Amino acid sequence: MNINLSHFSAAVVFALFASIVFGITQRNSTTEQVRYGVYCFVMFVGGVFIAGWVMALIRR
Amino acid sequence: MAKPIVDKTAESNKERNKKPAVIAEPEYPLTTMAVVAPIVGWLIPGGGHLLLKRYGRGILLLVSVVAMFVIGLGMQGRIYKPNGGDILDILGFVGDVGSGVLYFLARIMDWGNVMAANAAADYGKTFLIVAGLLNFIAAADAHHIALGKKP
Repeated sequence: MNINLSHFSAAVVFALFASIVFGITQRNSTTEQVRYGVYCFVMFVGGVFIAGWVMALIRR
Repeated sequence: MAKPIVDKTAESNKERNKKPAVIAEPEYPLTTMAVVAPIVGWLIPGGGHLLLKRYGRGILLLVSVVAMFVIGLGMQGRIYKPNGGDILDILGFVGDVGSGVLYFLARIMDWGNVMAANAAADYGKTFLIVAGLLNFIAAADAHHIALGKKP
């Protein structure tokens, strides 16, 4: 089995699964868990975009 | 009849010097389930939650950790061995072994015994380590649920 993911898609998959676990383990009620999971996912993916732009600007 | 003289300053000083009431921490006695659930949760991702009848959470944890582990292997990620020698290899082993049965299965089947030097393999290695670390968090969560600290 060989899975080929780009850097971005790997980061999104990573963010998805890590956010699910963070949401479940770090909050108590179902609503809070969903909200925290979504928050973590947005932060992960947002961090990827910000880091990408910072690196692109440094490279210029 | 004369009113008794009350020293208001002394009263207020007394109030000020009063120690705040100690709020008693609720006690959570260590039960058998509080020991068994995290061990099962470590060996089988999400197993601790399933044992505690948190089926939805357990299945989501199982899917997340197993998917990360399988994707990591699919990306040619490396599985660390306990006798790596280097301190970073030992830390990698600690992360990998967090996946429980998945790690032992991978070692038995000789999966992840590759030394691919490309970016995807590096991401794969990270997926494998993080899958284990997330499973450790899930096992700790199962412990807290079993103790009654978390609903």
